Amino acid sequence: MAFGYRRGPSRDALTDYWSWVVTSASSRMACDVVVIGAGPAGIAAATRAAEAGRRVVVLDESPQVGGQIWRHRPGRVPSGPAARCIARLERSRAMVERGASVVDIVIDPSGNGCAVMAERAGAPLVVQGAALILATGARERFLPFPGWTLPGVIGVGAAQALHKTGMSFAGKRVVIAGSGPLLLPVAASLAADGARIALVAEQASGRDVMRFAAGLWRHPATLVQAARYRAAFMRTTYATGQWVTHARGDGRVQEVIITDGWTSRTMPCDILCAAFGLVPDTTLARLLGCVVNANGVVVDERQETSRLGVYCAGEPTGVGGMELSLVEGEIAGLSAAGRPDEARPLHARRASLRASAAAMARAFALRDELRSLATPDTIVCRCEDVPLGAVDRGWTTRQAKLYTRAGMGACQGRVCGAALEYLNGWPPDAVRVPAIPVRCSTLTSEGTERVPSATHGA
Amino acid sequence: MSETKASEVTIVVDGREVRAPSGVSVAAAMWNAGVTTFRTSVSGERRAPLCGMGTCFECRVTIDDVAQRRACLVTVANGLRVSTRAES
Repeated sequence: MAFGYRRGPSRDALTDYWSWVVTSASSRMACDVVVIGAGPAGIAAATRAAEAGRRVVVLDESPQVGGQIWRHRPGRVPSGPAARCIARLERSRAMVERGASVVDIVIDPSGNGCAVMAERAGAPLVVQGAALILATGARERFLPFPGWTLPGVIGVGAAQALHKTGMSFAGKRVVIAGSGPLLLPVAASLAADGARIALVAEQASGRDVMRFAAGLWRHPATLVQAARYRAAFMRTTYATGQWVTHARGDGRVQEVIITDGWTSRTMPCDILCAAFGLVPDTTLARLLGCVVNANGVVVDERQETSRLGVYCAGEPTGVGGMELSLVEGEIAGLSAAGRPDEARPLHARRASLRASAAAMARAFALRDELRSLATPDTIVCRCEDVPLGAVDRGWTTRQAKLYTRAGMGACQGRVCGAALEYLNGWPPDAVRVPAIPVRCSTLTSEGTERVPSATHGA
Repeated sequence: MSETKASEVTIVVDGREVRAPSGVSVAAAMWNAGVTTFRTSVSGERRAPLCGMGTCFECRVTIDDVAQRRACLVTVANGLRVSTRAES
């Protein structure tokens, strides 16, 4: 079982699997530094490593570089720091492979780097590198509540992402109910597209949000940004201490119920944006066995993880926003290029941005009431349609998978995993390959005789 | 296939022609055309995009006969065929 090596491999099995991966794909590349993710952290990392003379390959799932935050509408040119950073990346001669989803990462058993196996346009792509930088970003935290599976119920960052890829919100009645600093800018951009924003409901208390806003003076750029969003938003109600309890509709969302814990009101809407902050995407780091704590992937001052030669930057090390991602990316890029000392001047800025991220996490901490929104019939695993009542709080993530298939579907627990971690306190289960669903032909690509078993582990 | 402007493409969703500006995602083109069911879940519920960024797999559809493609990660192209009915 080629893929079974993570549970106590023999050296031979590891070597066999390594040689299978690096010789199997018809499309192969080799470089000094592989960067996974082309958001701010990945762009900064790739740029610094390439400018230091290293051959760099960047892999990203999207058709565009920029990640979620710098995604731009088709035909529009990014501006500001996004434009500058993307232009600098292009000048740096780092190669960017767009539309490539990572399936597996294998560490060379003889200690010479790693091989990243990806799928692009239905075909395999293997990139070998001496060092690896994980800049996989964050995803939204979704929490189950009755009606959250209805079409028209989307995330908050999701609304932004869908809008930037061309989804029209013009004339739509939109309720935004969730948590975090993303709510207002998303409301602003949807309103600019002609959406009628009925309400922006932040679950955190007004006191906590105000205290956080008052602390923003320490970070002038953030303050200017916040002021701009607020100005765009004078016409919309920004309610704190309120959250969604139900979404209802026939075949799609038509109304939502919002509460402040005492009274509830029903609001008609066409789109409900409901997400509760961001969670670091640590999937690939966990696949590699890097140490991960409650905050995210653990890194040292050079952004190196517990695995030698594997670096991590940006949101996976703890959600902290674009500016922190850029700084961590620069440090990781220089470290992976063997020049960590050149990154020293960036350490103070990183420390200050991390402090600000911690303050933000405290301000937008999730209230306990959100744990009791889902009823026993509310679906928690959307891929396998497992209701909350089918899983026992005393189980582990692994038991839930084995007994109910929760987390076993196409998304591999990317949605229900974070929800059940919050609801039941379950730590995430081990990551198994393939990291995303792939076509069999990707695994049995040209020149390959051995087909790895997909049933290793568990 | 009907006339398409240079900056527009035509895709076919469940046999119906849908026009979209070039560069948009398949998910956006479908939603803008009024498609609100992208897939039917294992218990028969209607589902549509949730995360918009490739993690939730709720927007998976069959594109040009390849099942399980995430509509939010695929850019429209002239003549691209989408089916929301395939078993997924």
